[in-house]
Amino acid sequence: MKKLTLPISDETIKDLHVGDPVLLSGVMVTGRDAAHKWMIETFIKKTKPASAEDLVAYEDLKKLLNGSVIYHCGPVVSGLETKEYKFVAAGPTTSIREEPYQADVMQHFNIKGVIGKGGMGKKTLEGCQKTPGVYFHAIGGAASFIAQSVTKVLGVYKYDFGVPEALWVIEVKDFPVVVTMDSHGQSQHEVIENNSRKVLDELLAKPF
Amino acid sequence: MQIDITEQMLELIRLTSTNLPPDVEEKILEARERETEGSAAKGAFDTILKNVALSRKQSTPICQDTGTPIFYVYYPEGWSTIKLRAQIRNAMVEATKKNYMRPNAVDAVYDKNSGNNLGGDDFPSIHFEEVEGSTLTIELMLKGGGCENVGAQYSLPDSRLGAGRDLAGVRKVVLDAVQKAQGQGCAPGILGVAIGGDRGTSYAKSKEVLYDKLGTRNADEKLAALEERLTDEANTLGIGPMGFGGKTTVIDTKIVGLHRLPASFYVSVSYMCWAYRRRKLVIDGNSITYS
Repeated sequence: MKKLTLPISDETIKDLHVGDPVLLSGVMVTGRDAAHKWMIETFIKKTKPASAEDLVAYEDLKKLLNGSVIYHCGPVVSGLETKEYKFVAAGPTTSIREEPYQADVMQHFNIKGVIGKGGMGKKTLEGCQKTPGVYFHAIGGAASFIAQSVTKVLGVYKYDFGVPEALWVIEVKDFPVVVTMDSHGQSQHEVIENNSRKVLDELLAKPF
Repeated sequence: MQIDITEQMLELIRLTSTNLPPDVEEKILEARERETEGSAAKGAFDTILKNVALSRKQSTPICQDTGTPIFYVYYPEGWSTIKLRAQIRNAMVEATKKNYMRPNAVDAVYDKNSGNNLGGDDFPSIHFEEVEGSTLTIELMLKGGGCENVGAQYSLPDSRLGAGRDLAGVRKVVLDAVQKAQGQGCAPGILGVAIGGDRGTSYAKSKEVLYDKLGTRNADEKLAALEERLTDEANTLGIGPMGFGGKTTVIDTKIVGLHRLPASFYVSVSYMCWAYRRRKLVIDGNSITYS
């Protein structure tokens, strides 16, 4: 089991291959549907104007995400009223919804890893080769278990997106993931998809 | 005299969100046994089972996506559904404050999360049905978005799949839905399948069958055989837990047959993730039981 501390260097990323189990420690940021759309529209394609608050968040996020990872997660958070935030349940959400955005977001912010579930497609795989970066798969639904590795909530951006969609800055210790897409163009998801497609074609050809 | 059941509803929500039903956990244990030692699939099941135990012990959500709350209320004559609805909604707000539920109701037009799991008249989703006798039964299912997104509805015939308007065609489209889902609905999944109906009824019924216990078969022999066959064949796809590859892709399949219009032949597939959260509350006089 590899133990990695964030931020991660390019050399370390290139050392990771599909199938490697990894324990991550350090500071990362959560971001899912609303966050990706916002980053693309406001800072990358600039099709929407940035508010003063957006610009402050952007400067902070550039530093936080540089060399670090983004976690596709919409957590259950306690302490909302007192702002003494704590992650109660925090498993990954389905990553494929970020497929149109992910590669551009990775390259813009120099993000070295994406944590989620279900894997991603060709565009992100190419993004992993270019940046370079990897896709880390966490266990979907294992929310209480994963929340235990979140030791601290350091802050939150875009709280108005709602608790699940906000960008939470968290400190983690030994966060358990498996590499399923690497920087060498390998994707476990592509392999399983192709193999299961062959089996399905055989099943469809069988008489009832 | 109708009692206030807000407190019991809160307990039902807590139980559903944090405590996986025993029949589901048992099936996951069996699936774990079938995987090879040291495989990613076995590792995934180990983490799943650790999480189930931890969530139960701590009373924290099994999955952070506490899903669409879907209530079925079977009430005896004399119970006010207006009061029951209000009590369920109050309990939902309280459950959100206690972090049993994540604030999950987002206005799709104004893109605003209500923060308390109430949204219009339809969130949470509550179905009422009057029943004979004196027993009030309330069933709750929490269905996450990841698995809801991989659900599918087919209109037969489907020329791409060569699926005609018969059970052979039903088999083909259901297998297609499982292959398309890959690991994205948090496999291994449980399939709820409705054959027939209009689009709306068909989808609703494909969820309703998911309230049944695992392992029970349809009373109709043909459908019972198809349920077993679909589970077995889906498991040859090799998708496995989380899509890591493995022997169990589908835990069980439940089918319901409906009537349809001559012009329509829908097959609806509701995919339920392994975090198959559904619980029941039964109130009869002074007796209150949760299962």
